[in-house]
Amino acid sequence: MSIEMTFQQRRTGSFAERAGGRSSAHAEPVNLRTEPRGVRIVIVAMAVIFLSLFVVLPLVVVFAQAFSHGVGAYLAALTDPEALAAIRLTLLVAAISVTINLVFGLIAAWAIAKFDFSGKTLLISLIDLPFSVSPVISGLVFVLLFGAQGFFGPWLASHDIRLLFAVPGIALATLFVTFPFVARALIPLMQEQGTQEEEAAISLGASGLQTFFRVTLPNIKWGVLYGVLLCNARAMGEFGAVSVVSGHIRGETNTMPLLVEILYNEYQFVASFAIASLLAMLALITLIVKTILERHLDEGQLPHEH
Amino acid sequence: MSTSAARRSSLPGFGLTMGLTLTWLSVIVLIPLAGLFLKTLELSPDQFWSIVTSRRTLNALRISFGLAFAAAVVNLVMGTIIVWALVRYRFPGRRLFDAIVDIPFALPTAVAGVALTSLFAEKGWLGAPLAALGIKVAFTPIGIFVAMIFIGIPFVVRTVQPVLIDLDPEIEEAAASLGASRWHTITKVILPSLVPALLTGLALAFARAVGEYGSVIFIAGNLPNVSEIAPLLIVIRLSEFRYADATAIAVVMLLASFVIIFAVNRLQRWAEIRGQATS
Amino acid sequence: MSIEVRSLTKTFGAFTALDGVDLKVAKGELLALLGPSGSGKTTLLRIIAGLDWPDSGEVAFDGENALARGAGERHVGFVFQHYALFRHMTVFENVAFGLRVQPRAVRKSEAAIRARVKELLDLVQLDWLAGRYPHQLSGGQRQRIALARALAIEPRILLLDEPFGALDAKVRKELRQWLRSLHHEINLTSIFVTHDQEEALEVANRVVVMDKGRIEQVGTPDEVYDRPATAFVHGFIGESIELPVQVGDGAVRLDGKALGIAPDGVTSGPSRLFIRRHDMQLCAAGSGAFEGAVTHVRTFGPIQRAEVKLAQAQAAIEIDAPRDNQLRVGDIVGLTPRRYRIFAAAE
Repeated sequence: MSIEMTFQQRRTGSFAERAGGRSSAHAEPVNLRTEPRGVRIVIVAMAVIFLSLFVVLPLVVVFAQAFSHGVGAYLAALTDPEALAAIRLTLLVAAISVTINLVFGLIAAWAIAKFDFSGKTLLISLIDLPFSVSPVISGLVFVLLFGAQGFFGPWLASHDIRLLFAVPGIALATLFVTFPFVARALIPLMQEQGTQEEEAAISLGASGLQTFFRVTLPNIKWGVLYGVLLCNARAMGEFGAVSVVSGHIRGETNTMPLLVEILYNEYQFVASFAIASLLAMLALITLIVKTILERHLDEGQLPHEH
Repeated sequence: MSTSAARRSSLPGFGLTMGLTLTWLSVIVLIPLAGLFLKTLELSPDQFWSIVTSRRTLNALRISFGLAFAAAVVNLVMGTIIVWALVRYRFPGRRLFDAIVDIPFALPTAVAGVALTSLFAEKGWLGAPLAALGIKVAFTPIGIFVAMIFIGIPFVVRTVQPVLIDLDPEIEEAAASLGASRWHTITKVILPSLVPALLTGLALAFARAVGEYGSVIFIAGNLPNVSEIAPLLIVIRLSEFRYADATAIAVVMLLASFVIIFAVNRLQRWAEIRGQATS
Repeated sequence: MSIEVRSLTKTFGAFTALDGVDLKVAKGELLALLGPSGSGKTTLLRIIAGLDWPDSGEVAFDGENALARGAGERHVGFVFQHYALFRHMTVFENVAFGLRVQPRAVRKSEAAIRARVKELLDLVQLDWLAGRYPHQLSGGQRQRIALARALAIEPRILLLDEPFGALDAKVRKELRQWLRSLHHEINLTSIFVTHDQEEALEVANRVVVMDKGRIEQVGTPDEVYDRPATAFVHGFIGESIELPVQVGDGAVRLDGKALGIAPDGVTSGPSRLFIRRHDMQLCAAGSGAFEGAVTHVRTFGPIQRAEVKLAQAQAAIEIDAPRDNQLRVGDIVGLTPRRYRIFAAAE
């Protein structure tokens, strides 16, 4: 398992009330299984305070700072040409990464989930690799390949192609870090669904593509959305990897997270936090949609077709 | 056509999809990573060793790994408390707090970085009261520590949560009916069965914190040998065009990550075996 | 369409699923592949369907090599044990699927497709469910829709993989009858796999009994029941008593004592004696081949089932006797087999 899969695969634990429903406990847990009231209060208090301090406050601070000089300043920061360029670039890179990794994810999930072959675990571990690599290293590897002193550097220079410090480099680094998301969302789902419906389709005369589009795809649509959602969130928010390959050229190769950094270092706090607030809102929306999708994914597997 | 199609499958497309998968995997992941290791091989072992053991590098590694571990331990303790409260108790806003746990994971690292810095700066909402107590957080190693705690929060909670939910209530009731005190039951019966998940969460939080960049570099002082994390040192070396140095440090960090991931896999296999034994 | 299978072999790693299987299926017949789990019956069916490939051997449809084609091109209708209905499509769309994916050149018009689907739903008597989704149907209904879907493409043969395995007993019985009359009506060559011998004997024209990847016997239900070819078939079909005996010097001995029955002529040395439970005739103690004490009696319907502890070999056997015999626990009885078979001991 890899780091980010905790985020994706903990679906069964997303709503803690399932815990209480198991034994007799609908209202109050069974007496034998509970701590004295004082202890409970302390534990809950510690949890709540900790989360409030470490999670809630940082979020609040983002918006507080963003609006600290009023709505006017906030909007001005967002409509600044550099900000707009950064937003455009972020959206572009995200669109590229999500689209390509979506196609790849579908293809890889088909190969892995619908067939039997040895080395499957190895292949899945390889697909997971980007999860275990530090963002900075993710960017570093592309500098080593395409940088001036890199393996392909001279060749690129002689053909006048600029990958690094330009949009293609940013896209590549983002592709790297978001590589596993869609595949890893789809593989367990497709494995669980099995191959029966596809076999039925084939026996009825459907071609491979017909089977995929008419039978498989509709069955995995929630999984696809889930994978796309997470892929998009990471693509838009990626900082470390993009920072290394981008060159920080104002107005050209700054994504939103990079712009947040630049503005912050220039003490333009309102502007910095304004952009940050957009990213924070993206995170919140992602979490909300993810929770909804998880409910769909759990339900979608319950009425098994037997 | 012969019948010796031993590997044929009823579903079509294996060859094509497998080929595309392997190709794309190689282009985007394997070749770049291989490039990293190839670059390392350009160094002689002596050179490699001297880079990695230079004072500044060692300190950066020490700071990254040491503080990451400390933060992971904090998350282990607090994560256990949080997951206990979320799973075992009912309190107003519980579902909300449950959802909040995921925020450090979903929030872009740069946003977390500037937010935490603002919060813990000397004039910040939390920084000010702490400064009054004489504790300076921002731009010190403590800041790094705090940021690493932030990003590790979801790991222990989410790894332990499903295990705690699925815990058989009868085991606790049996212990209680045999006369064990609540404390006894928790420490001797429940917590031990959570150990694989707890350790997995610890390892994951640790691995994430070690490699973390965006959330940390704003609040860290970034003073060499004092508050400079290893990823930052890599970036600095790159900007100095000292590719070899950057590569060497990166390789050390990567190897450490792989060891951790390997340990996590082992832990999970252990957890599975345990799970089967108790059910 | 007739099917011929020659020397089919298939292994999965170390496990041999099919071991040189030969079979001929006549046009229009309803054939049952009967056997325990692991006997290879499903593997054989799937290979015929094109969902699996053999390691060696041939499959011919009407003399043509079927292995040259994939499942979609063989024009077989396959009904899965768990129906494999397309969960996101309505019943109507499920049945229409095979017709809608045909290449444009061959495809019928939408109106013709609709008519055919309606025809099929009428055939399975479920036209009123056309707009429902699979998860809204009962198991028996799903299976009938699966059948309609398979028939839509006008297959040359119909293959059913434990079609009633997932259903409860009453529905199973109903569908059995229904399948039999359906086959009578459409007369399509059909093969179905089952591990339920009652089902095979009741429904099929011919039964193929399989075990461990080999065919033990092929015959009509009567042949397989009355004249089992091997010990396995005898033991698998119908309820049998099995006793280890020694055959030699023209006598059959159990535990050293001669039973007074003629040896089968097939074997000598250590052998296995098979007697159907209801083929054991009660007689006066001492006058039969066996003697024993009744230890347990259960009466249901027209039958009394008695557990008898034999004097020989301390063996406990179960026999079925007509109800009016009124056996009681403790009775000492003599038993003589009306019919029996003797096979060589363990292959």
